[in-house]
Parts: sequence; structure tokens; C-alpha cells
Amino acid sequence: MTPDQIRIAFIEELTNVAPDIDPETVGPDDHIQDDLGLDSMDVLTLVTALHDRLGIDIPEVDYPRIATVSLAAAYLAERAT
Amino acid sequence: MAVFTMPSLGADMEAGRLIEWLVAPGDTVARGDIVAVVETQKGAIEIECFEQGTVRDLLADIGSDLPVGAPLALIQAEGETIPEAAVAEQASPVEAEPPVVSAPAPQPVAPIPPQTLQAPAPGVVPSSPAARIRAKELGLDLANLKGSGPGGAIVLADVEAEKTPQTKRSPQDEMRRAIAAAMTRSKQTIPHFYLSQTIDVTPAMDWLASFNEGKPPSERVLLGALFLRATVLAAAKVQSVNGHFTDDGFRPSAKINPGLAVALRSGGLVAPAIMDAEQMGLVDLMAAMRDLVARARTGRLRGSEMTEGTITLSSLGETGVESMAGVIFPPQVALVGIGAPVLRPWVVEDQIVPRQLVHLTLSADHRVNDGRQAARFIAEFNSLLSSPEAL
Repeated sequence: MTPDQIRIAFIEELTNVAPDIDPETVGPDDHIQDDLGLDSMDVLTLVTALHDRLGIDIPEVDYPRIATVSLAAAYLAERAT
Repeated sequence: MAVFTMPSLGADMEAGRLIEWLVAPGDTVARGDIVAVVETQKGAIEIECFEQGTVRDLLADIGSDLPVGAPLALIQAEGETIPEAAVAEQASPVEAEPPVVSAPAPQPVAPIPPQTLQAPAPGVVPSSPAARIRAKELGLDLANLKGSGPGGAIVLADVEAEKTPQTKRSPQDEMRRAIAAAMTRSKQTIPHFYLSQTIDVTPAMDWLASFNEGKPPSERVLLGALFLRATVLAAAKVQSVNGHFTDDGFRPSAKINPGLAVALRSGGLVAPAIMDAEQMGLVDLMAAMRDLVARARTGRLRGSEMTEGTITLSSLGETGVESMAGVIFPPQVALVGIGAPVLRPWVVEDQIVPRQLVHLTLSADHRVNDGRQAARFIAEFNSLLSSPEAL
């Protein structure tokens, strides 16, 4: 997967969890909890969806590494290889 | 022959709109089966049947606004044979009951498709141009209005007067009104008192981190599930916080159905209950919580989940506000409010150490509880969280 595909996959799963978020308006450094308002159940749902879709199991200690789109894209690209 | 009626899906509910039938005449239904979907102020709710038998007739039309208690269907018990005449007799007294709110025949409350503005043709209701334009903006049908102008013509004032009851409010507005009604009623009728304690959740968080380590996301448990489990076990010990207060006084509940306050991203919140939670271990409770939150967000909760909660947990999440003194959901008598965990200095065995702390506040109904029971509940909760492996 290219970095772009990973970023798109992350944003798609993010907006599945929170359908009211317009993918166009998500900034690369928006924090998924502080800025986009996900709660801990939403984050777990997102992590579960990413596991199903990308086969990447994100342990709890790594949750801070998917806190923004740009962080997540880098982290998932690293884990995908 | 039983008449299945529009249930009350909350103390403040007066009416609901039938949006879907999930059964048809001839279908067999059992107690607890979901038979219809009703749009309420709190979103679409699946309503369950409280009878067992065969659906004989559906008495309400899709799209109709029906007051609580309005007949929806006739259900014939197994082995029961009823002549046609009796069916009519059974149905009519219920229909004759004065409805709580007027139930107009289904009207196009939703915006009417745009229509060209033109002078009324002969025989059409006379109306002023301003009235026609305003009526179109509001989606009102002039034929339903009463005119006060010359020759009974509808004027702008007639349309404005009609606007408030006829215009459909947005779902967000409806939910706001529902919350306002329930919370106002709570504060007007329940003498609240509040007891708080700071609880060290470091053992719980440490235990949870090791429990979740190596588990796929679908099997992980959230801190909120530990709070829910502790609420259930503490409520089992202190029964005066678990139940309903009605006109007959307090009825403690043998079952523990903890309501979970779920904030909705579109605004507002709902507090659906997890049924029979006293029979669930932590993992089952977590699964039930996931399911409940997902359905709360997509608007597919069940009637029983909206009405049969016996105590509520409002946990503010893992970041943000530290404490809350919550408002009890009537007819319940207690609400457990838990703030976000914060890292703070704490004294453990004469040493100052960094610990993760939460601030718990129990809101309790003074008609039922005194400080002693409320304090016992909190002490029990605290003790449960200090040995999380036992949860």
C-alpha cells in the first residue's frame, strides 16, 4: 500500500466511526479525540476497523501514534511493511 | 384478544410516529419480539410486544402520530377464538379513550413538494399572495388553514398562527426538548443529594493494560466497562440505589439494568440500559456496551432499553472534565457520575506517588436514600476497583 492509500483508508474508517465528519475538512494534525471529538469507545471501534481492513493490530500503548492523520499514516506505513 | 398499544418510551413521551411495521396480520409473536419502529424525540426506537399470540389486525397506519396508549394492533392469544363482533367491541373502547394529545389523521407535516405560485383557480381557497408565499416556505397546505380575511380568505396572520404546531422540528430540537422535559421533571420532583469521593484507579488501569495486552482490538475492554461492572456489583449490595420511584413509592429492582449515558455526536444524549447486567461478567458486559453504544449512535435502540434502566452511569470519558454532579433520570433514584482519570500526587503507604485518580459523584434521591446508603455504595465501588481482577 502506498502512503496515500493508507491515509485514505484511515480517513475512511475515521468517518465511518463518526459519519458527521466531512473527510475534506480533516486536517493532517487534527487530534482525533481533542479536535474531532472521538471518545474511547470510538477509538476502539476505529482500531478494530483498521485491524480488519489493514490486518494491522495496533496495541493500546501505540494509540497516541494514531492520534492524528499524519501520525497514523506514518505509523501504519511503518507497521504495514 | 389483547390490544397492543403505543408504549411510553420515557416519562416525558406523549406521542410517537409509527414508521415501520415488522409484523403483518397472521404472524405469530412472542413476548419481547420487536414488532414495530416508532420515531420519538429520542430517535427511532424498536418497540417490543408484551403479548404472545397471533397478530390479528394492525390498527395504525405508517406515518401516523399516535399518543401513548393509542391502539396499534390486535393480538389473539393462542387457542383463543374470537368472533368478529367481539373484535370490534374490544377495539372500540380503547379508541374511545380521550387521547393525551390530539392525533390528527396523517397529514403532510414534512415539507410539501414545491408547487408553482399562482392565483387561485375558482373554487380554490382564497388567500393573499403573502400568505401563499409564507405557506409555501413553511410547507403548509392552505386547504388545511382557516381564513380570517375578507370572505374567509387566508391572510399572512393565519399562516403565521399555524406555523408553530405544524412545522416539524429538527431531530436535534426534538431531542433537546426531550432532555429538557426529563431533566426539568427530575429537578422538580427528585430531592437530589450528592456524595463524592476521589478513587485511585491505578490498580484498575494497570490490570486493564495487562489484560488487553496481546488481545486483538475486538476483545479489548475499556475502563468504562470496569466502571459499569463495579456499578452493577455495588448496586447489588446497596439495593436502595437500584429501582424506580413511582406514585406508589420506591420499588427496588431485583434486576440490575444500568443505563449508560451516551453522548451523540449530533448533539444531545441518550441513556439506554443494558438489561440483566447482573448476570454478565466483564467481557460480556463490554460486548453489551459496544453493541449498545453502536446502536445508540445509529438510532436503533429498543423500547425496553429506554424505559427499564434501574440506575445510570455517566462516565465522561478518558480525557477532559474531572467531575460531574449529574441529574437523575426519572423514575430512577441514582446516577453515578465519573470524571476523566487524571494523574495526580497521592499518598500511598506514607509516600507521595503519582497515581491515576477519578472523581466519583453519586447523585441520589433523598426520598429513598440517606447519606449512609450512598456512602456504602461508594465505598463498595471503591473497594471493587481496588481489586480489579475480581471484577
